[in-house]
Amino acid sequence: MILEVLSNLNDSMILSESSVWSSSDCVYSLRCPPSIQGKTMGAALARAAQWTAAGYGTGTLQITPLNEALLNQIIKFAEDFSTRHPQEAVVVFKEPLEWKTQLGCSAFGEGYEIDGATVKSEAKDEDGQPLLLLTASNLRVRNFDQLSRLLQIAMEKKLKEAQACLEANRDPIVKILGPEYGTVEGEDKSMLHLLEKVKQGDDPETEKKMKIFILLHQLDMQLLNSSLKHISQDIRLSPAAVNNEVNLLKNFSGKGVDTVLESLEYTSDYTFSNGCRAPPWRQVHGEICYLIIKPHDTDPLCITCSTAGVFLNGGELKSKGDIDYERKSDIYKDIVTFLRERSPRFVENMAKQQYTFFKEPTYEKNYQRVEVVDAKVSGQSQNHYDYTEKNVHEKVKSSAAKSKSTDKKKLEPSMKWKNIGLSAARSAKAAKNVNEEQRRSSSMSTKIKKKATGISSESVKMQSSLKCKISDKSEEVSESSSETEEDEEQPVRHQEGNTDLPSEYWGIQKLAKYLKGGNPTATVIALCSMRDFNLAQETCQLAIRDVGCLEVLINLLDTEEIKCQIGSLKILKEISQNTLIRHAIADLGGLEIMVKILDSPDKDLKCLAAETIANVARFKRARRTVRLHGGIKRLVGLLECPSVRSTGLTLYQAKDTEIARCGALALWSCSKSTKNKEAIRKAGGIPLLAEWLKSSHISILTPVVGTLQECASEPSYRLAIRTEGMIENLVNNLSSEHEELQMHCASAIFKCAEDKETRDLVRLHGGLQPLSVLLGNSENKQLLAAVTGAIWKCAISGENVSKFHDYKVVEALVGLLTDQPEEVLINIVGALGECCQEPINRAIIRQCGGIPPLVKLLTGTNQALLVNVTKAVGACATEPENMMIIDRLDGVRLLWSLLKNPNPDVQASAAWAICPCIENAKPYNGISWV
Amino acid sequence: MSAKRLQQLVEALSRSARHFNKSEVECLIKLFDTLVTASGDRFGAVGFDRNMFRDTLHRAFGMTDDMVMDRVFRTFDRDNDSCISVEEWVEGLSVFLRGTLEERIKYCFEVYDLNGDGYISREEMFQMLKNSLLKQPSEEDPDEGIKDLVDIALKKMDYDHDGKLSFADFEKAVRDDNLLLEAFGPCLPDIKGSLAFEKKTFKENRKL
Repeated sequence: MILEVLSNLNDSMILSESSVWSSSDCVYSLRCPPSIQGKTMGAALARAAQWTAAGYGTGTLQITPLNEALLNQIIKFAEDFSTRHPQEAVVVFKEPLEWKTQLGCSAFGEGYEIDGATVKSEAKDEDGQPLLLLTASNLRVRNFDQLSRLLQIAMEKKLKEAQACLEANRDPIVKILGPEYGTVEGEDKSMLHLLEKVKQGDDPETEKKMKIFILLHQLDMQLLNSSLKHISQDIRLSPAAVNNEVNLLKNFSGKGVDTVLESLEYTSDYTFSNGCRAPPWRQVHGEICYLIIKPHDTDPLCITCSTAGVFLNGGELKSKGDIDYERKSDIYKDIVTFLRERSPRFVENMAKQQYTFFKEPTYEKNYQRVEVVDAKVSGQSQNHYDYTEKNVHEKVKSSAAKSKSTDKKKLEPSMKWKNIGLSAARSAKAAKNVNEEQRRSSSMSTKIKKKATGISSESVKMQSSLKCKISDKSEEVSESSSETEEDEEQPVRHQEGNTDLPSEYWGIQKLAKYLKGGNPTATVIALCSMRDFNLAQETCQLAIRDVGCLEVLINLLDTEEIKCQIGSLKILKEISQNTLIRHAIADLGGLEIMVKILDSPDKDLKCLAAETIANVARFKRARRTVRLHGGIKRLVGLLECPSVRSTGLTLYQAKDTEIARCGALALWSCSKSTKNKEAIRKAGGIPLLAEWLKSSHISILTPVVGTLQECASEPSYRLAIRTEGMIENLVNNLSSEHEELQMHCASAIFKCAEDKETRDLVRLHGGLQPLSVLLGNSENKQLLAAVTGAIWKCAISGENVSKFHDYKVVEALVGLLTDQPEEVLINIVGALGECCQEPINRAIIRQCGGIPPLVKLLTGTNQALLVNVTKAVGACATEPENMMIIDRLDGVRLLWSLLKNPNPDVQASAAWAICPCIENAKPYNGISWV
Repeated sequence: MSAKRLQQLVEALSRSARHFNKSEVECLIKLFDTLVTASGDRFGAVGFDRNMFRDTLHRAFGMTDDMVMDRVFRTFDRDNDSCISVEEWVEGLSVFLRGTLEERIKYCFEVYDLNGDGYISREEMFQMLKNSLLKQPSEEDPDEGIKDLVDIALKKMDYDHDGKLSFADFEKAVRDDNLLLEAFGPCLPDIKGSLAFEKKTFKENRKL
């Protein structure tokens, strides 16, 4: 029966899309708000907000993605205020926030007195005045508590309400706290004022007010930060870029089945001198032109191309060939991206064209599309360019070939590599590798140059990023594994003054002289002195590289002089904290030598080499190098040591522990590559790790557990962790006092508890209780993510769920549902979903007020989260009482709308969640299948 | 040497040179005898003279710096009679091969304190470091580089800023960074050299 209904659901969705969706406009508006606006809270904000240009009405907020995002943040802040700061939330505003609302009296329910067109809150201030008052459409709110409630009542209209509120109250802080807290342009006396008040300290209200002020200030900073982020991400299209793209698409459009589009046309043939086709009064809004696109599989689309991106507009107005300019969709970065979202046929046929498409010589989109309009952006990319150029410059100077620098651009890649190649010539193999890579990338970049006419600084940036991609790709081909490299790093470099060298340069250069031209005695003195510089500081790290010290340091490793090797490694260990240095060390063949050093009889030397490898092997190519040169086997060898379990360590044993610690650190770094995990296993690493896991020394436990949890992504490790009895140790260390160790243990359990036997072992060793205790530490988000993950997976077993019930885990999880990062939420909701197997827990979730936050999460976009949320909501919906709440919060509509989600897992999970809703729901207005 | 005399010597030395056990002491005494006998009995087989000792250090541990080896000889030669007796040999090697950090700091400081006045002076450093740089013909004053290096060393190690290194300065610097133990020239065997020597000496003699 359920299946039948479901299939009906599908039919109605496809056939009568409009009828279904028109009744759920609200859902739509929540998920992709069509016409939202802006923001401002604090004083500083007023300057960042994009208020409309003068003459377009006073004080309305423009419809931009930036404003949308800011507004959403403000709403979230206000909405959560009463739960997060209950004491401050009841403080009565100096003056009410007042605005014209679109909410009707009917929206207000419990907690309000409704009398005709007037609504009063039951909550009153000291004088008996209601804290919320609605007369006609005029709304007055007098504290945060009421504001939070109101936003919750407003549901899908909350954006409109927030907009109206901010538009009507241009300086809300003054209204909330009083005029003395306001900011006069150019000076900020509020902090001083605050200080005075605190000094007087007689008014209990003051403290709360101060707290509110600080909170608002924090929000202000947050908003500024995020708007900065937005601005820096801003896409800027130019008329030329649009034109290129249109011409290109036209080449692939026309009648026939294989074309990507049926047609695409400008709405106007007239082009202004600046290249725009939009009428001048629209150009002020950044609009460039309008296009009518006919895809094969949908109705014609009328789109606007503006400097901010591409979006769907209201379409042509029948009357006079005019256009409804209002934005109806999200903004996409270009036409192709827009079409990919809209037309499956387009995507399909694009794929067919791919080959010819990219071979096409006129295709310059990639390099030309993004023209630099924004001065800020161009400034940034300029720095990028400066940096590489400067680098080249210096190298060129040092090789006394200054005349060639006229042709910098061509020299850029080759000079850099050549230099490295020269100094690495000692290890011929490495040099050859480097050269090969260089040849590939330089030939690639010249090709690009030919295509991109008029090289802008932006296109240089593109090239370099492309180059990175190319070398990455070649890496992948040779590695040919399915590694997931979430931590893959690219060397990035921020701006640097290009004329004044810091004083460290000269000091380091002086020492470099003795490194290069001294015997071992002089070298050791110089090495020891070099460590008196602050090697943690980037200036020094780069100075060492730039004066050519890095090559010398690596050369020293290749000598027989242990003291020089140690001295050099002590420096390399420090400076390899820097990404650029890591890459340089790898490029210079340093890893190969360090791997060799692992065989040395000198224990200090071994330790240093392993620690430095641990630092350098943070990126894929380095990890691969370590493996290919037999490093994994040697590192595993460092773990071999008889003295694991003794507690009182002799000096000698302490040294062995230290060696093992360094070995484990390096293995930890290396274990981020799949092939290395396999290599560690083959080298017999698992029993050794298991042995060290029994140790009680935090210094070694952290890297050991770190390695194990990294490797636990492999089934072979999960099996070993279970069968070698490691679960018990992992569980024991959950109660360690070191949060990092706790986190890794929890994360290992998270990964391993996919297997039923493991879940049982966690319970049998008493691991569920420490896990539930750790939920109390909600400040450390990484720890929380690992712990909630472990709880989630453990809760797959019913026995564990009842244990969790004893430890009141469900209550704790519900309490954590608000204001968490997504990776934590995914796990919390996943865990709740599993706990819902037990009817009692479904009731608990309701009693703890867990259903509203869950339903709220249905409006998110993270697909992993959506899968879990739909599952949890679906499980909750099996209780009629829960269903009532879900129903009231419009949860069914939200679930319904998720059937349209592009991810099939989300669709499936949403569909399953709808089943119990159908069984438990009362007939629902607007949904046609009942 | 009579068996009884050997026995006594071994007893005595294994007490004073505390890093060796009896059989190891015996091995070292035998080695001493062999080396002295081989060099001919110019001095009536009392002990090593300066040249013999230098040869031995060179062959056994690959040490090359004449001046440093000379200082090592003086450090071994406790009674300053320009001859290293068997007692001085065994006790010296005890520190040389297996000394604790403290013993080695003391030993190295004695080696570097050329005139034995309790300080390593600027001039002494210059003396010890003067051959440490490859001659660079371009530089006008070849000593300039050495002087700079001495300054660098002093800046690093002269904690009380009196322009010379006292034992306290030296000890603090070395404890801070062990690499500075042999700051002014190698005067201890490296790990490979000492392992090889011990293996050869103690194993060969055991066979006998």
